[in-house]
Amino acid sequence: MTGELNGAHYDCIVIGAGMSGMAAAIRLAMFERRVLVVERHNAAGGLNSFYSFDGRKYDVGLHAMTNYAPPGAKGLPLIKILRQLRLSRDDLDLAEQMGSRIAIPGYSLSFTNDFAVLESEIERAFPSQIDGFRRLVEHLKAFNETALDIQEQSAVAVLSEYLSDPILVNMLMIPVCYYGSARENDLDFSQFVILFKALFLEGFARPYEGVRVIIRALMNRYRELGGERKMKCGVREIITENGHASRVILDDGSEVTADKVISSIGYAETLRLCSDQPGDAGRDNTGALSFVETITVLKQQPSDLGWKDTIVFFNDSETFDYRRPKNLVDDRSGVICFPNNYRYSDGRRLEEGFLRITALANYDRWATLEDTEYQSAKQEWYERLQRRALDFLPPPRVRQKEHTTPPMVAHKAQARFVLTEQTAAQDMFTPLTITKFTGHLGGAVYGAPNKVKSGRTHLDNLYLCGTDQGFLGITGAMLSGISMANLHVLGAGS
Amino acid sequence: MTKDDVKQIVLDIIAEIAPDEDLSDVKPEVRLRDQLDLDSMDFLDIVMELRKQHGIEVPEDDYPQLASLDSCGEYLLPKFEAKASA
Ligand SMILES: Cc1cc2nc3c(=O)[nH]c(=O)nc-3n(C[C@H](O)[C@H](O)[C@H](O)COP(=O)(O)OP(=O)(O)OC[C@H]3O[C@@H](n4cnc5c(N)ncnc54)[C@H](O)[C@@H]3O)c2cc1C
Repeated sequence: MTGELNGAHYDCIVIGAGMSGMAAAIRLAMFERRVLVVERHNAAGGLNSFYSFDGRKYDVGLHAMTNYAPPGAKGLPLIKILRQLRLSRDDLDLAEQMGSRIAIPGYSLSFTNDFAVLESEIERAFPSQIDGFRRLVEHLKAFNETALDIQEQSAVAVLSEYLSDPILVNMLMIPVCYYGSARENDLDFSQFVILFKALFLEGFARPYEGVRVIIRALMNRYRELGGERKMKCGVREIITENGHASRVILDDGSEVTADKVISSIGYAETLRLCSDQPGDAGRDNTGALSFVETITVLKQQPSDLGWKDTIVFFNDSETFDYRRPKNLVDDRSGVICFPNNYRYSDGRRLEEGFLRITALANYDRWATLEDTEYQSAKQEWYERLQRRALDFLPPPRVRQKEHTTPPMVAHKAQARFVLTEQTAAQDMFTPLTITKFTGHLGGAVYGAPNKVKSGRTHLDNLYLCGTDQGFLGITGAMLSGISMANLHVLGAGS
Repeated sequence: MTKDDVKQIVLDIIAEIAPDEDLSDVKPEVRLRDQLDLDSMDFLDIVMELRKQHGIEVPEDDYPQLASLDSCGEYLLPKFEAKASA
């Protein structure tokens, strides 16, 4: 069987219609390259897509778009993306967060998009550390994290030079790891700098209608430029000849050719498409970290229940273990998100309340479960994560008057009761869901532990962009697609 | 075609690339980078838009010639003229 594109030739084929692939394709189409985007799934967006279930629309990922930049801000990643893709701010409809927290027993650090809030919180909770923290921030600001040739350094080691209290070091690591570390328990300092700036110095925002707004903006832009795409049809194989990608075979059997190929599907995933590589190529550089995520639809706005945080990064002790759990899920730490708690313009409120909880999970453990075990494990961990989240949230406010102050245990039972009562619908996805819909090996959301910053591969015309090039998250992925397209296809000498 | 026409073309391109910049008071003799927030990605785009919209090629070694509006006028005018008479 040969498909409709058989025999076609392109200047560039982009594998994957996630954030990075779309951004790369837009840049190329903008400068009149003949581009084909090939996506295996039926929808664009990849790790941050959206879906419908039981008549409701859900975002796969979106807690927060990081790297918020207010109008008029200079030189920040969001501004670069808007310029490079010729998008306007209005296209993204971003609303800023209300306020978030890092919480461990006995300590809580609030932060907003105004960095002074975090600074004053650290001064309050860790008075002996504030000078070191300020020096660390100066160091971070002066650091050129995007240079392609920087020496790797352990982030924990660098932080410990500035901060003598390991509790504070751990607290800062929680959000940074959860929002983008592909490595267990530590990360490269330049990656830390990218994330610290994205989360704390810039901040969180969200479009009122969620991630579909961003995907729609990218798709519209690409369509306006006349870019071609092939959906529901992946790349099956890249035929190589003497270190060169000579042909690309699609799932429908079409054979297409291109001067250059940019792949956004991951490092090992891309190698394994190449005819000159063994089936387990890249196995020494595949990610171990995956996550589960629960989504609870609430009958009320979270703020009406007394939950006003945008995001809470939690950990149940003073030490933080960010690694593949032995169990199906590690519920000791995680992220709680209320997508309702953004400052949407014109007083808009999301129609329903949402509570999302993310925690570390073990792909291999989930992969061995039989179907019924899988379903019951999902239910069990859904409930355990809800309980855990309640430990880090204020007790939900209920309408009826309470005459007595119940002891702690009753308090917790009461909170659980209220949450169950307030639940209109629930969903959960596991590492297997992530692999099923995005092809990332081992459900590794943040991809390979060793990033390929140059984007180069063993083939002279095959490049990587996105997760495994080293820029993560929605904003990072777009920036990666843009810079790889500029460097390897549009840049000098091309 | 005059140098002023060329400067206007460059300004129009900058307006497309960086709609968030205020271009009402750009001083032609001052380096663009010193009065606007433009980085190397933006300069690459100016070059690519010149090629796309006007068929003008600027080799990488000549990028410094695009530093200010005046130098753009100086450097690009002969290229536009050559194009017109071709
Ligand atoms: C649950 C969850 C929550 C998240 N929350 C946030 C958040 O709040 N904020 C944030 O900024 N980021 C978040 N992220 C991370 C963010 O989604 C990713 O970092 C980013 O989307 C990665 O984009 P990418 O283009 O690099 O890769 P991908 O999105 O993985 O794109 C790769 C694409 O390639 C396709 N593909 C794979 N194999 C093939 C093949 N052989 N042929 C053709 N196509 C193929 C896939 O279907 C996919 O569409 C979250 C991720 C998850 C999973």
